Amino acid sequence: MNVLVSLNWLKNYVDIGTITPEQLAEKITKSGIEVEGIEYVAETSKDVVVGYVKECEKHPNADKLNLCQVDVGDEILQIVCGAPNIQQGQKVAVAKPGAVLPGNFKIKKVKLRGIESNGMICSLQELGIQDKYVPKDIADGIFVFPQDVTVGEDVTALLNLNDAILELGLTPNRADCLSMLGVAYEVAAILDKPINLPEEKVITSGEDTHDFVSVSVANAELNPYYGAFMIKDVQVKPSPLWMRNHLIAAGIRPINNIVDITNYVLLEYGQPLHAFDYDRLQSNEIVVRRADENETIVTLDDQERNLTREHLVITNGREPVAIAGVMGGANTEVVNDTTTILLEAAYFAPTSVRKAVKDTGLRSESSTRFEKGVDPNRVNRAGVRACQLFEQYADGTVLSNAVVFDKLDRSEKEVDVNTSEINNRLGTNITTEEIGHILAKLRFQYEKNGDEFNVKIPTRRGDITIFEDMLEEVARIYGYDNLPYTLPNGVSQAGALTERQQLKRQVKNFMQGVGLMETISYSLTRQDYVTKLISPEINKSNPVPVRLAMPMSEDHKYLRLSILPELLHTVSYNRARNQTSISYYELGSIFTSQEEILTKQPNEQLRLSGVLSGLWTEHEWQQEKKAVDFYVVKGLVEGLFNFLEIPVTFEQTKLTDMHPGRCATVSIGDQVIGFIGQVHPKLEKAMDLNETYVFDINMETVLELYDNVPRYYQIPKYPSTTRDIAFVLDRTVLAGDVKKVIEETGAPLVKDIQIFDVYMGEHLQEDKKSIAYRLLYQDPERTLKDEEVEESYQTIIAAVNDKFNAYVRS
Amino acid sequence: MKEQLEAIQAEALERVAETSQIKELQAIRVAYLGKKGSLTGVLRGMGKLSKEERPIVGEIANRVRESITQAIDQKNERLEEQALEKQLEKEAIDVTLPGRPIQVGGPHLLTKIVEEIEDLFIGMGFEVREGPEVETDYFNFEALNLPKDHPARDMQDSFYITNELLLRTHTSPVQARTMREYDGNKPVKMICPGKVYRRDTDDATHSHQFTQIEGLYVDKDVRMSDLKGILDVFAKKMFGADREIRLRPSFFPFTEPSVEMDISCKVCNGEGCSVCKGTGWIEILGAGMVHPKVLEMAGYDSSVYTGFAFGMGPDRIAMLKYGIDDIRQFYTNDRRFLKQYHNA
Repeated sequence: MNVLVSLNWLKNYVDIGTITPEQLAEKITKSGIEVEGIEYVAETSKDVVVGYVKECEKHPNADKLNLCQVDVGDEILQIVCGAPNIQQGQKVAVAKPGAVLPGNFKIKKVKLRGIESNGMICSLQELGIQDKYVPKDIADGIFVFPQDVTVGEDVTALLNLNDAILELGLTPNRADCLSMLGVAYEVAAILDKPINLPEEKVITSGEDTHDFVSVSVANAELNPYYGAFMIKDVQVKPSPLWMRNHLIAAGIRPINNIVDITNYVLLEYGQPLHAFDYDRLQSNEIVVRRADENETIVTLDDQERNLTREHLVITNGREPVAIAGVMGGANTEVVNDTTTILLEAAYFAPTSVRKAVKDTGLRSESSTRFEKGVDPNRVNRAGVRACQLFEQYADGTVLSNAVVFDKLDRSEKEVDVNTSEINNRLGTNITTEEIGHILAKLRFQYEKNGDEFNVKIPTRRGDITIFEDMLEEVARIYGYDNLPYTLPNGVSQAGALTERQQLKRQVKNFMQGVGLMETISYSLTRQDYVTKLISPEINKSNPVPVRLAMPMSEDHKYLRLSILPELLHTVSYNRARNQTSISYYELGSIFTSQEEILTKQPNEQLRLSGVLSGLWTEHEWQQEKKAVDFYVVKGLVEGLFNFLEIPVTFEQTKLTDMHPGRCATVSIGDQVIGFIGQVHPKLEKAMDLNETYVFDINMETVLELYDNVPRYYQIPKYPSTTRDIAFVLDRTVLAGDVKKVIEETGAPLVKDIQIFDVYMGEHLQEDKKSIAYRLLYQDPERTLKDEEVEESYQTIIAAVNDKFNAYVRS
Repeated sequence: MKEQLEAIQAEALERVAETSQIKELQAIRVAYLGKKGSLTGVLRGMGKLSKEERPIVGEIANRVRESITQAIDQKNERLEEQALEKQLEKEAIDVTLPGRPIQVGGPHLLTKIVEEIEDLFIGMGFEVREGPEVETDYFNFEALNLPKDHPARDMQDSFYITNELLLRTHTSPVQARTMREYDGNKPVKMICPGKVYRRDTDDATHSHQFTQIEGLYVDKDVRMSDLKGILDVFAKKMFGADREIRLRPSFFPFTEPSVEMDISCKVCNGEGCSVCKGTGWIEILGAGMVHPKVLEMAGYDSSVYTGFAFGMGPDRIAMLKYGIDDIRQFYTNDRRFLKQYHNA
């Protein structure tokens, strides 16, 4: 919510002295409203003055050019002008030779089609006004001054070219600054200056408004105040120059005096007004009610709008003529021949306005203010102020006794504060006197009793309702820079990571230590990703993907059920950029639920996932290259669990989207906690990947089982001895199964079993393989005798041969 | 006999001096000192000598033996040394060839920033809390003084799943959850890092998913100056001891008063530059004194307990600290980007 504040306009209410725009911006920012930018209307050049077009005739050598004699006060300049709207008798802006216009455009004496031209008659754009603020009727022509300006006068001040405009970024609580008066109160408080408010004064005619219009409101809770003013005999014409300047500075394009005046008061008071053409209203009543279902209105922008019971409308007793607080209807709009105006000054409750804005998409200067809540005490005053301006600048006659429906609460809230509480909360030593002074700067009335203040909060500051709000007001005017730096007095406690948090860091460090890079990918994923690469134990629970109600894009629609698809996407992204060797891991949550429509939060499970592709190691001059394979990934996972001292087992498995012969589940005991393996070549191809391996592990279980107290094992005192055996086996026999038999048969003397060779090839039959095991024998209590080792060894050979139809390779 | 011994000595020493082979040296040892060696042969004839001659010749013989042994040993040592040198010379390699590369991994930059901030606040006695990423409407909004019709909680701005569940838009719900757990009678000192989600279109400065760290300190008699003090400690540790902080009034529904904290721009030292848009200050975080309604809703008596809260974006901090110009870099996981910050 941003608002543009013209400093030239602001000076009407507060004497800001000689402070520069930058200094003022700094002070405003530090006191609570961020100044997001300062804009100077135009670089000014003193050689641009008001000129009187004494003569204007066709250029002898060019159809579209005119030859003008222009009185600029001290001389008459001959100027060639191409503007279509130039006429004899106009007062115009003349850039004399030597003038410099915005964009460093230097004006010189030139010859145009053989005729000397001594200067330029300027359009507003040429003087630095943005195109969008230039009134439409002179968009392609020069600017014409009203006749009351003095020939030879510098145009800088006349056209407000010397203005600086502050762009305030308002927080939602400071809607009071959506008005020049609100900003004036703020600046007056910050600079500790008096404030000069406009005096609303109007001379009313003998005619009574009640004879022309009645007002009835059906929904007082949505429209507690409706004031109808009548102004007769208005003349629609351009508004005065100063008003146009102010509107342009505030970012509003001038239209005509009627529209400009309502806009001007909206900007000045923060109170939206609406002018109906009374004659086109074709009724003498205003009825405010909820719209009927399927009722429609054509708004000012010529769009037909569908209305519902939730929208509040202004009607002429028969049909809607405005959507309350949002936009008027086209059929009652003020037009060039309008003579009688019915002016609405009303309070519309934020809720219905907000709803109408949302449904119609119409957000206007008016609706923005109603949505935030306008000052109840300014509604009527703004109406009177507009009448005053209609009288002055539209030649209107204001009727007496405006018709008013009034159920509006205009009372001021009270908040109690006291000096010691303020100081306790802020950590300061502000005196009672100083607090009184701050309240006075803010222009808050109060009653004081010792160091107790009973503050009456002006209705313009609807954001202040409790002690803490007042605390903020006092603190910000006192200055946050003046708060001391302290540290809390409370009992200090030791801070520490929990065991779970420590372990998470250890797992990350492990992964990084063995060469993996951490990634963070999006939790929201695509429809075709969300069903892919889900770990078998998750799949078993029949998860229903959690879908967003209103996704922003197809790419981020579902909460992930696996980290892997987005990781694969990342690998593909990198591969397209010649980054083909990837080893990534990610520690993050997946979201599982069994509900079609969620009635409770999904389960968030922490998982450790990784993806590896391309080369694992490479040493070029030694011609060594090791591509990532299944055993690299398995080694990583085994390494992690060795490090954590949690035994895991791997079992061959087949999963959708995984290579059917290169995939294993990872289990702790008989609980599956994840899987490892190669991505299915079909999926690899579809995602434009090389051979790619993944792992995915449920970290919740790991974190639960992890015991971070290392156990002490006595270092064995007696020597160990090793024996090697190579079995010839059918190729289908799994090394792990053989190992299990060795373990069982060899217990308790066999302490460790390592595989040190696997062979398949010419020295064996085609369907055979040989696996060599190294067995470590040890007894913690004594030195083993050769005979008992030999006996065990023979038993193992017999058991394996028997179970797997194997024989020992000699 | 004496002459005989001396001749043996001379001959042996000469052979030792001449030889350059360890094997030959071995042969010399055998030839003179071995069981069948010439010196041994001479000594064997000692029995024929008179009583008077025997000790004299014996002494000479010992001297000769010693001298030969020593010469052989010395020569042996020298030859072994030479052999080793030769061997090592042969083993020489080109040390300028590249070494075997070590596969190095590393943390994500956001993790580094988050952990740095965690450690900093742990050092000040804070605990680290975590909370769910899918939140209830109550904890994400209502418990933080954003009632149902509050304009700041537009459906347009949040990823709702149902009317009651949404992806958390900030880590602030963890405040409310932690306070509830503490039963309204214990001090709370916590920070909460985590992923948050907003309904934004991804571009260089917006990301629908980003990271936030929330902090909360609730106790009896916590003052706004304490907030300023803690934030100053944080800013100086995080951004450098020479940084200044500035608090500006702001607005958040869950704090009152609310502030925004700026730090003096590191690039221009407060002079004003393009990084700080000429202001000399860079906005780092939002904070404030916990709104009494938030305390009350969590079961704390707001007339006894006060507190402060703050929230910051590690993404933004990382972008400022390292001059990163596109927030999407954090979530694209381009290997070249990730690698840049492993030693940051």
